[in-house]
Amino acid sequence: MIDLVQVEKHFDGQIVVHPLSLNIEEGEFLTLLGPSGCGKTTILRMIAGFEQPTHGDVVLAGQNVTKLPPNQRDLNLVFQHYALFPHMTVEENIAFGLKMKKIPKDEQKKRIEEAVAMTQLTALTSRYPHQLSGGQQQRVAIARAIANKPKVLLLDEPLGALDLQLRKNLQSELKHLQRSLGITFVYVTHDQEEAMMLSDRIVIMNGGRVEQVGTPREIYATPKTLFAATFVGENNIFSSSEGLFAVRPEKLRPARETEGARVTGVIQDVLYLGNVHKLTVQLDQEPMSVTIALDFTDERPWQIGERIGVNWSPKDEVVIGA
Amino acid sequence: MNKSKFLMVPVLLWAALFLLVPMLIVVVVSFLSRDTLGNVVFPFSLTGYKTFFDSLYLGIYWDTLVLSVATTVICLLVSYPLAYYIANATPRIQTWGLILITIPFWINFLIRTYAWVLLLRTQGIVNSLLLHFGWIHEPMQMLYTKGAVLLGMVYNFIPFMVLPIYVALEQMDKRLLDAASDLGATRWKAFRHITLPQSKSGIMTGCVLVFVSTSGMFVVTDILGGAKSMMISNIIQSQYLGARNWPFGSALSIIFVITSLILILLFNRAMQSRADRAKEGTT
Repeated sequence: MIDLVQVEKHFDGQIVVHPLSLNIEEGEFLTLLGPSGCGKTTILRMIAGFEQPTHGDVVLAGQNVTKLPPNQRDLNLVFQHYALFPHMTVEENIAFGLKMKKIPKDEQKKRIEEAVAMTQLTALTSRYPHQLSGGQQQRVAIARAIANKPKVLLLDEPLGALDLQLRKNLQSELKHLQRSLGITFVYVTHDQEEAMMLSDRIVIMNGGRVEQVGTPREIYATPKTLFAATFVGENNIFSSSEGLFAVRPEKLRPARETEGARVTGVIQDVLYLGNVHKLTVQLDQEPMSVTIALDFTDERPWQIGERIGVNWSPKDEVVIGA
Repeated sequence: MNKSKFLMVPVLLWAALFLLVPMLIVVVVSFLSRDTLGNVVFPFSLTGYKTFFDSLYLGIYWDTLVLSVATTVICLLVSYPLAYYIANATPRIQTWGLILITIPFWINFLIRTYAWVLLLRTQGIVNSLLLHFGWIHEPMQMLYTKGAVLLGMVYNFIPFMVLPIYVALEQMDKRLLDAASDLGATRWKAFRHITLPQSKSGIMTGCVLVFVSTSGMFVVTDILGGAKSMMISNIIQSQYLGARNWPFGSALSIIFVITSLILILLFNRAMQSRADRAKEGTT
């Protein structure tokens, strides 16, 4: 659906996006994940047409759109701060794109009805943006985009301004929406949990470069780089003669006996989180601490200051590059 | 009670003493009579108001309205593109643009207006140049015409229009234009449907400022219009100072204040959208 061909972006001689090639499938939920300043929003804006790539091409549904302005690209962007038109009602906001494309009146009406029904805004169509809560404004932004029936929906940290509980609700709504619409979503976030929950594939970015592309499972189970290993989920990084390897906290097993253990250490902290509890262990062999996650079946009473052994099976070691 | 409300006391006192009280005096005087020496005396009389309905004064009243509306419209047409350009320019150009617009205020108002006399009079620079290049064969009468008054008014009040529109445009969230473009709007459509409504408050402020200032101005008419183009303010001034007919001058003032208020209210009503009313409803 979207092909990025050796796309590269410089600002004032600084490279913000290193050459990047990426193929985004039709109907896919793809997330660009990374810390702020990693270039993810720039990539999204290049797809939308607000930024021109310094080199390379953007191909949308087989058509090279690199030189086309945003208003001629068959895709829509949900803006980070929604960018709703303050002087228009919810309905007028949603109708705006349809009017610009000169869609017939009765078709407009139908599309608006569909869009508000999908986003649960039916009761609010005559309100103005300033009369809506953050979550409702966010829904209007999505409704305004999907009413255009774009080939691709781009979302720039759409939940970034909302509180945690609302985020959780809207995350599942978004996922549901994408399944029922069946259109391609390209999603930008710095929240790795959100990325894991929503995406078919995740592109992990750091410093303008792609660190890894893969399904959430691949990213979690077999991170390719140190950055990928530590940015998504918690991880423990060990060094061996061959290089670095990572072991997830839930793959580590604590033992009362220190004799014969892979490594040993002293418990520094015990965190009880309901369904899991976590031990932070200061290792004897290396100047680092590891985190061990234990599920609810482990009922052994762990004490701070206790000396324990830590074991794992070699198959859970994930070798990572630099 | 909120303590900061006391900060309003000096302003309220000032307004009461120097705005409200004089206004009330003018209202009272407008209903009084004048003796042969020009003193304001009892009994109460409607003579001032009756005199207004003389065709001479009605004509001047009408001319004043036409000139004020024309000045406002021309100022708007000239100032909007300028304000738009400055608001969308780089910070450096914005600073310079605003300085250039306010520089005329550093120069005495009378001197600025007299400068136009030098330009426009029969032996003035404009006529000389036109004659020199052979575009005209005898000097044009430019000074002491309604056109000269209009020019002087527009020239003097353009900053009153540019600045409020600039502020409105500068405060506008530019991301709205990205959103409009994303939704398929061309640059013109985005201007028409987003920028223009978003700058409406500035347009309204500018129009009221220019209209009220123009209609109350008598210096420009005196200098550039001569005796032939009178405005209501010239009459009011002459009634107070020359003719010493304060009741008539006051009656004219009251009539014009009421006219302006009605026009401004109608204008605001016409410009106000449903969105503005919704906003007022919730705050």
